[in-house]
Amino acid sequence: MSTEADLLDFARGPALEAALVILVFGMFWRLVAVLALRRSRDLSEPRVRHAWLWGVRTIFTRMWPRREFRPRILHWEAVSYLFHFALAVVIVGLVPHILLIRDITGLSWPGLPTGVITFAAGVALISLLALLAHRATHPVLRRISNFDDYFSWLLVFAPLLTGLMAYYHLGGPYEDLLAVHMLSAELLLAWLPFSKLAHTVLFLFSRGVTGTIYSRRGAQT
Amino acid sequence: MDETILDAFRQNGLSRRAFLKFCAATTSLLALPPAAAAAMAEKLAGTLRPTVIYLSYQECTGCLESMTRSFSPTIEHLMFNNISLAFNDTLQAAAGEAAEAARKEAMRKAWGKYILIVDGAVPMGGGGAYCVAAGQSAVDDLRHAAQGAAAIIAVGTCAAFGGVPYAAPNPTGAVPVSEIIRDRPIINVSGCPPIPEVMTGVIVYYLSFGMPALDRQGRPVAFYGNTIHDRCYRRPFYDEGRFAHTFDDEGARNGWCLYELGCKGPVTYNACATLKWNQGTSFPIQSGHGCLGCSEPDFWDKGGFYRPLPAATGHWPRGEVLGGAALGGAVVGVGAAALARSRQQAAAAKSAKEVSHPPPKEDSHEH
Repeated sequence: MSTEADLLDFARGPALEAALVILVFGMFWRLVAVLALRRSRDLSEPRVRHAWLWGVRTIFTRMWPRREFRPRILHWEAVSYLFHFALAVVIVGLVPHILLIRDITGLSWPGLPTGVITFAAGVALISLLALLAHRATHPVLRRISNFDDYFSWLLVFAPLLTGLMAYYHLGGPYEDLLAVHMLSAELLLAWLPFSKLAHTVLFLFSRGVTGTIYSRRGAQT
Repeated sequence: MDETILDAFRQNGLSRRAFLKFCAATTSLLALPPAAAAAMAEKLAGTLRPTVIYLSYQECTGCLESMTRSFSPTIEHLMFNNISLAFNDTLQAAAGEAAEAARKEAMRKAWGKYILIVDGAVPMGGGGAYCVAAGQSAVDDLRHAAQGAAAIIAVGTCAAFGGVPYAAPNPTGAVPVSEIIRDRPIINVSGCPPIPEVMTGVIVYYLSFGMPALDRQGRPVAFYGNTIHDRCYRRPFYDEGRFAHTFDDEGARNGWCLYELGCKGPVTYNACATLKWNQGTSFPIQSGHGCLGCSEPDFWDKGGFYRPLPAATGHWPRGEVLGGAALGGAVVGVGAAALARSRQQAAAAKSAKEVSHPPPKEDSHEH
């Protein structure tokens, strides 16, 4: 009947289904393809017993920079942490998000007041802008950045911005902004497995494998 | 027919003061500035009572039932003082050929000037055979009546957006008025049913000031300018994150937000939260039930009244579909890994061959 209502229906219906299917399909593709790769046998004498346990340890030890690097990167590490933490609060704290997750997975938990979510979303947006400025101005970071980095940044920024706009009715009627918000988040989900955003899942495995291999050889991880 | 609205007031024993009070109350209802009351009084005093033709098609008469409950202005006040209701097959005493003849006569006399109120969707399927009265299909009847109308008020979600008859699978090919009539001004007064005061208020507004400002769904902004959610007295609970999870839990008893129980207030534009129903007594959310979104297009086909707004609309087998996607992804991943392994193997074999048979050095003969 009406275009804007159709857009929201599309976002809540076929677009959501397609995004979830692509996300799950792509994530399993990437994960299995990486895990099933051939690895050369390490013929050296293991320096530690149960190297995989050290691999698990590495997942956590790499969450904070080593002392040697701290003066150089600690402040940007802090901004990055701020962003990740704020984003997590927005994703798992907002009741509409919890209801969507409950609808798909059956899992549910209590939500946070919208004031807290708004604050977290603001922090995430500002830290994202700071990280983009850092990427664009840092001589080394700029040279190793490609389309993936900038497009992924945009796809994380867009749902945060449109979500805030929808809640505060900024720039259009709620249902239009909600549809745009949902579509932007769905694009993010579909893009995630095939981009650097796949680190949301792959970081566990890359750190674990690296930690296992190096600790087996007696290196500090 | 030549009597003005003020004349009609006087004939019914009402004073000019009562007339002014009526104008003040109506402008207040319409959320107009105080000065508009004087403008309305001036306009209505000199306006001839217009002929109103009320046609009913695919509808349940709920809209008319609602309209008869209007308390300000009341339906009888409208009928006796503001309009000349020439045809309404539910309210009128006449029936059959006599009623049809009266309608034709009224339409002929006021051709080009009457207000046409349409209640219900119009079936297009089967050549219009699903709704026929007095030997004429609804679609032909509407087309003819619309030709002589100054404006059309599509009352109820069925007339405005198709409503229940329009819901999937729409067996009768029902459509809203706006899909048939495109050359007449149409005011959509949606709702299932619409709020009584909204229906009567729109009629009075039209008589006083002409076409009201409409939103993009063709509804008067004065009544449909805000969402239920934005004017809901339970809105603070939404912001605090306090929700009823079931209809009989602590949250429900405490009157917390019904968003989790499928309330469509955030995407529904109507005046229920401010005007309320039954002389301002209550409205669905105040009675403990979420908004169904009945004043919005396609409200029957939005995935379910009790599904929360952010939930997916489709009733698809999530486990099977996502499990299949995971399995498909894993198969493709294994294929990709097998391809990579064969390349790794070929590279390793090539490397081993080079180690056992190193290629001759290019500079070995130069010295």
